[in-house]
Amino acid sequence: MKIHEYQGKEILRQFGVPTPRGMACFTADEAVAAARELGGTVWVVKAQIHAGGRGKGGGVKVAKSLDEVRQHAQAILGMQLVTHQTGPDGQRVRRLLIEEGAQIAREFYIGMVVDRAAQRVALLASSEGGMEIEEVAKHSPEKIHTLRIHPVDGLADAEAAQAARQIGLPEAAIAGAVTVLQGLYRAFVEKEAMLAEINPLVLTADNRVLALDAKFNFDSNALFRHPEIVAYRDLDEEDAAEIEASKFDLSYISLDGDIGCLVNGAGLAMATMDIIKLYGGSPANFLDVGGGATTEKVTEAFKLMLKNPNLKAILVNIFGGIMKCDVIAEGVVAAAREVQLTVPLVVRLEGTNVDLGKKILAESGLPIISGNDMADAAEKVVAAARGQ
Amino acid sequence: MSILINKDTKVITQGMTGKVGQFHTFHCKQYANGANCFVAGVNPKKAGETFDGIPVYASVRDAKAATGATVSVIYVPPSGAAAAIDEAVEADLDLVICITEGIPVHDMIRTRYKMAGKKTLLIGPNCPGLITPDEIKIGIMPGHIHKKGRIGVVSRSGTLTYEAVGQLSALGYGQSSCVGIGGDPINGMKHIDVMRLFNDDPDTDAVVMVGEIGGSDEEECARWIRDNMQKPVVGFIAGVTAPEGKRMGHAGAIISGGQGGADEKLAVMESCGIHITRNPAEMGRVMQKVLIG
Repeated sequence: MKIHEYQGKEILRQFGVPTPRGMACFTADEAVAAARELGGTVWVVKAQIHAGGRGKGGGVKVAKSLDEVRQHAQAILGMQLVTHQTGPDGQRVRRLLIEEGAQIAREFYIGMVVDRAAQRVALLASSEGGMEIEEVAKHSPEKIHTLRIHPVDGLADAEAAQAARQIGLPEAAIAGAVTVLQGLYRAFVEKEAMLAEINPLVLTADNRVLALDAKFNFDSNALFRHPEIVAYRDLDEEDAAEIEASKFDLSYISLDGDIGCLVNGAGLAMATMDIIKLYGGSPANFLDVGGGATTEKVTEAFKLMLKNPNLKAILVNIFGGIMKCDVIAEGVVAAAREVQLTVPLVVRLEGTNVDLGKKILAESGLPIISGNDMADAAEKVVAAARGQ
Repeated sequence: MSILINKDTKVITQGMTGKVGQFHTFHCKQYANGANCFVAGVNPKKAGETFDGIPVYASVRDAKAATGATVSVIYVPPSGAAAAIDEAVEADLDLVICITEGIPVHDMIRTRYKMAGKKTLLIGPNCPGLITPDEIKIGIMPGHIHKKGRIGVVSRSGTLTYEAVGQLSALGYGQSSCVGIGGDPINGMKHIDVMRLFNDDPDTDAVVMVGEIGGSDEEECARWIRDNMQKPVVGFIAGVTAPEGKRMGHAGAIISGGQGGADEKLAVMESCGIHITRNPAEMGRVMQKVLIG
């Protein structure tokens, strides 16, 4: 689960990581009031969306008067901010962060990820602040320093200091950097993040170290014990169909094709998308109904797929194990009747009680196209989507 | 022969008395020699009781002492599943198979750390389990699609493993053992670990390896195959069409920072001599072609 920058900074401050002072705002009036309360002569008006690259897209502006704060706030609020992470339609800006300006001497990058190969949390640190770490990794990998953190001992003072020196922080700033690195690590572990980045981490003219940005992605499997993180969830930043799907415990992701897929199991669902593409079609979604699909779940899955105006055909691909094919077939028939199916439906069933399942589909009187195996089903659904 | 488990394996079920555990234990007991294999359950609150004829013990240690079991399977809910693995590791079992889906990643980091230097092997979490056809099934896969034979199967996915097995069985190729290693980013045995066992197993002639996007386990395994494997390997990777940055159901199935994409994995696997297919409906037929020559 992702959160906003201002929320990430709230977490960082709880763990002793210094950030510029700032306030979240929803209107231009609030933005001006926030700037007045913060005081000073320079403010930064920052769009809050769950995507990186906001500055390049015009979502971050410096203001040197309260009038400018108002102008920038008015311009940014409500805009469709397009960045390399939002897709071409962009994301509507509904929240702002108004922050005091910082005196930046140099910029750095620090981040933490779960390193699958090492099975530990890894600290990534680089002198190249403000740039995408992926770009740095591509063009100058020697500038990224990686440290795998001991799961019990944590990030020792000496290790943190060494990482700070490796990226070129001056001696006078090392103690501050150690506080930041250890605070970030504790936040990462205690709040159970999968990814955390401070980019840029800035060094001020007076050798202080500040988090100028904050990005977190939390482990959705750990949210049951972090209500304080769940409270940060902003549904406006999420795909409406994906939110609807999560209510019914369906794993759904919208894609830009026109063939809906309903599959049991994540791996088989991905493979189904792949085979549609292989036969010249394009999947409209990823949809895993899981191991315990009921008629209700299947019906909801059909409703979700049919909300997509681009939908031209549906492929149901089920390998019944625990889930019996006859139960799925009954669910498909009931769902097709209830939602008044408007597009061709291809169903491929395999596994437990497959013959019974096929019989139920055949006797339903519904115009269901039967696929004999995955390839046959994919070929048929691609043809059906083309109106053949 | 087979890898990891056979008809004589004695199994403890952790989380047997819950709804999921009861259901699957029943089906595992029904399969082949299951009635003799599933000898104990664990639940500290129900020690001394029996479920479906299987005695329940207070701890894994007690269950092991009483029955001589060397393997456990875990259906404990996510919040307690990592602790259940820890308990099995501390009892020095040979193998733990964790079926549970949705265990927090940081729990698994701590559990994997505690496993260092211990003899216990881990399969999963978030996996279908493993099966040696006609001998023993430990997990949630449908037993009847399997057929005894000489092909090994290793996969990160559940139903896609069944797909591969179904294709092999339909063409008359039985399996020596089928291992689902699970879809989580922090897990136990990887493709490479299972591949080593298949390479050493005299009754496995060839292996189907099913991977998916995310991480670099398949690439690492592919390089090991190039340098060491004596047997042909057929490979498929799910997720060629998956967009970057989106988690495709499995917590481990995400392409991030250009790493872990299906095309890159397939290219490495092909360059290492694996017989790859981009068509998930062709895994069985590619194996057939490789074996017939």
